[in-house]
Amino acid sequence: MKLQKNGGIPLNQPVKPGRTDWKEKYAPLIFISPHLFFFIIFLAYPTLYGIYISFHSWNFFTDATFVGLQNYANILWVTDSLFFDYFWAAFRATLIFVILSVPFLVIIPLFLAIGINTRPFGHNFFRALFYAPSLLSVVTVVLIWIWMLDTNAGLVNYYLAYLGLDAIPWLTRAPWVWISLVLMTIWWTIGTNMILFLAGLGEIPDQLYEAAKIDGANKIQQFFHVTLPGLKGPMAFVVIMTTLASFNVMAQPQLATGGGPGYETRVLILYIYEVGFTGGNPRAGLAAAMSVILGMILLSISLIQFKLMTREK
Amino acid sequence: MAVEDKSSKWLSFIFLSVMALFWILPLLWVLSTSLKPESQAISWPIRWIPETITFQNYVDVFLRQDVPILRWFWNSFFIATVHTALMLLFNSMSAYAFARLKFRGRDVLFWGLMGTMMIPPVMNLVPLYGLISTLGWVNNYAAMIFPGLASVFGIFLLRQFFIGIPHELEEAARIDGASSFFIYWKIILPLAKPSLVVLALFTFMANWNDYLWPLIVTTSADMRTLPVGLAIMQGQFNIQFAKLMAATLFSALPVVILFIFAQRFIVKGIAMSGIKG
Repeated sequence: MKLQKNGGIPLNQPVKPGRTDWKEKYAPLIFISPHLFFFIIFLAYPTLYGIYISFHSWNFFTDATFVGLQNYANILWVTDSLFFDYFWAAFRATLIFVILSVPFLVIIPLFLAIGINTRPFGHNFFRALFYAPSLLSVVTVVLIWIWMLDTNAGLVNYYLAYLGLDAIPWLTRAPWVWISLVLMTIWWTIGTNMILFLAGLGEIPDQLYEAAKIDGANKIQQFFHVTLPGLKGPMAFVVIMTTLASFNVMAQPQLATGGGPGYETRVLILYIYEVGFTGGNPRAGLAAAMSVILGMILLSISLIQFKLMTREK
Repeated sequence: MAVEDKSSKWLSFIFLSVMALFWILPLLWVLSTSLKPESQAISWPIRWIPETITFQNYVDVFLRQDVPILRWFWNSFFIATVHTALMLLFNSMSAYAFARLKFRGRDVLFWGLMGTMMIPPVMNLVPLYGLISTLGWVNNYAAMIFPGLASVFGIFLLRQFFIGIPHELEEAARIDGASSFFIYWKIILPLAKPSLVVLALFTFMANWNDYLWPLIVTTSADMRTLPVGLAIMQGQFNIQFAKLMAATLFSALPVVILFIFAQRFIVKGIAMSGIKG
């Protein structure tokens, strides 16, 4: 009997008359409909509705008024609009976070993975320890670090004072706020990337290293000529996923710095949250327009990823 | 790399040990702080091992009227459990149909669904809240259980696994007259236990730790989940760090327990879901 490679049922299986009752006939529909129901209500419909809403003035409660491109204009190019300044400030804050965090969130787990992959004493413990903070909620992580970085009572400044250094305002002054936010994010999230790299390292055949050794390549040359090329797939995946995640940063600045000092660390999602969900008169249309803009940026990054991955195969 | 020389093992060990220090110290410091009387939490010189060890912070956290932490714990637990159970059921049903049944438009529908994984969640924040408030679901468990079920990631993960299950068992059952429903429930699901466990872990953890959405759809103290409650507690506790750290550790307990039991699954699951995605 010939089977379909991709797991479908055998194509040439004779259909027995007894089995074509209505239940079997509609079985596929019955199987997919529960999920499809939630998908349509809570994903497909809201996505379209969000775009619709972005062309309206709306506060969730009264009827929406059509305003055309006004929301987008106020954010993007009407320079005397208050939202123009705030939006671009938030955009800048998000970019700063992405640029500061992504390199560390890729390179540190890469080296941790390479280290663990040599199977030194205790490698299982190391793997578990570096992954452990990924289990925690962002709120837990931020609270831990607020405590560690507290200007007056914190552990970090205590040891700095021990070395004769002045107290550092980790959570209230630029550029320290950025260092703090990136630091806690590194501590929180490197585990997942590390495991992805570990999985990728496992796929690189030993023979490649042996061959490189025979050719007289030292450790550094092996890294650049065997390890890095061998990790191309996981690397692309990690970079894109990490970039997307960093664009979505919100809770760390909200809880650790309040978006401050001033608007320094008020990133896009934090600003969207403030405009759309806080205050007496939520500007849902405006928040939706900002979400669409951010969404388009993220979508473009995803599409680049898709292109890279399909070219790979 | 099966063959590794001694020197690189040593180099790795030293590097990893130094890094491990940075990863373990915050955790130890939290534990230490949570066991100190509040008055000693900020006393200098710093003491890693508390002068007096007390569990009073944990007790205090439970007893405070304005901080219903047990209620938040229950909310988080109930929401994450129900959400995870429904997710496993609905996703495995869909994945079964996409992997094992033949129907018109199957592949188009499947890849269409997968394509929506690219839609950034932030785009849905505003319209979804609008929908939730129209449905009257603000401050309701439903708002935190149901919208997440739209996710297609689990279907992808499970379908990959279902496709790999050999056909022989299924065919034997079909010849004996078994229906698709019987095959799904009695053959496929039991065989797919490892991938179901992985999906369950991810779903539970993500739901347990979710912050932004529960923050948006809850306004009353008794409907908060743990992360949202803790975030709000930060203000209410007036920076009493010992109590805050006790609450923080308590909130992480379930996932830490899960992790201890399921470490292998988590690692496998990430490798499985990541690279092949």
